Amino acid sequence: MMNYLFAAFMLIGVVAGGITGTMDAVLQNIFDFAQSGVDIALGLIGTMAFFCGLMKLMEESGLCDKLGKAIYPVMRLLFPDVPADHPANSIMALYFAANILGIGNAATPFGLKTMQELQTLNKTKNIATNAQCMLMAISTTSITLLPSTVISIRASIQADGAAEIVVPVIIATTISTVTGVGFSLLFQRTKRWKLENVIEREIAAGTLEVNEDYIGDDPIVLPEGYKLKTDFGSKEE
Amino acid sequence: MSVQDVFNAISTWAIPVVIFIVVGYALAKRVPIYSVFTTGAKDGFSTAVMIIPYLVAMLCAIGMLRASGAMDAFCNLIDPITSLIGCPGEVLPFAVMRSFSGGGAEGMMTELVTTYGTQSQIGRIASVAMGSTETTFYILAVYFGSVGVTNSRHSVAAGLLGDLASLIASCVIVNLLWGYGF
Repeated sequence: MMNYLFAAFMLIGVVAGGITGTMDAVLQNIFDFAQSGVDIALGLIGTMAFFCGLMKLMEESGLCDKLGKAIYPVMRLLFPDVPADHPANSIMALYFAANILGIGNAATPFGLKTMQELQTLNKTKNIATNAQCMLMAISTTSITLLPSTVISIRASIQADGAAEIVVPVIIATTISTVTGVGFSLLFQRTKRWKLENVIEREIAAGTLEVNEDYIGDDPIVLPEGYKLKTDFGSKEE
Repeated sequence: MSVQDVFNAISTWAIPVVIFIVVGYALAKRVPIYSVFTTGAKDGFSTAVMIIPYLVAMLCAIGMLRASGAMDAFCNLIDPITSLIGCPGEVLPFAVMRSFSGGGAEGMMTELVTTYGTQSQIGRIASVAMGSTETTFYILAVYFGSVGVTNSRHSVAAGLLGDLASLIASCVIVNLLWGYGF
């Protein structure tokens, strides 16, 4: 789906830009957004480094295991594929906590680390697992209880009643998250998006890559003579 | 002290308290804190660099779409449908932008609130819709990019349906709560 959408954005951009006579803006945005992509990513390095250091400390001291065990009964409901003793449980708990409190700067490193921990349970390198999709369903629909950015924008325009939207936001974000999670649970069972089916299709198409860092006990057995079509020779390290 | 003040205090204190607990616990367990911390910190650099290609690809494509005027055409197309849920046409360009670009949506929300007022129907719907969901395409590019996953399966569909639910909920709640009717 991402494949087609990505292509569609650019193709539609060029065609619509031509029709509406905004091609100069289309061109300018390519350079502007390429720059901002790098700026955003590099801007993450500092906080990423700090919180990765903190999370390493949690793992090494055994705090991760303790927190993970405590939170596991809750996590199991949404992430049944994640074992009780896996570090993803505790990091994910911190990620959700930071999100709920609206501490975006800390939430991103926790979230990225969660994604990386979940990747150790991924048999493939390139296909999202159910747990990863569930994490994204929750993340993309937001679980922030206090929309501080929106409130400060409103307050800068008119102080009176700036925070009146808090309760509506809490209700609306709950509805959006329940919807996202609900559809995610539904979609992961459909013929089109079921993990086993997607893996099968990618093996047939020769686009599946096996994850060497998979720590589970059920790795993918590739058919005899499998050849990766998307190996462009850039994988040597 | 209002609820909001309490909430702000929790937000400010949460991370420092977590840091205190983590460092204190590690110290008690005799973990070599400085070396372990800096070893972990190295991962931060590689993660940030890892997401660059995914983020640049996604943002550039969205940037092209944004500048092309295609989104306005799309808004005109769906306006008759969204007006059924009491969504004013003025909010639509912002609502569509919400899924694609956080910065773009924030700018449009600010403009709507400035033009129509913080306590107008349009200003309120835009504010609630802004706060109740995240930028789906940005989040997916960053998080899946950080592990190199390119087949996101149903994540886009689930995320966009979540965005749609957020918009519908925002319109319905604001219209009911402040009695704008449909």
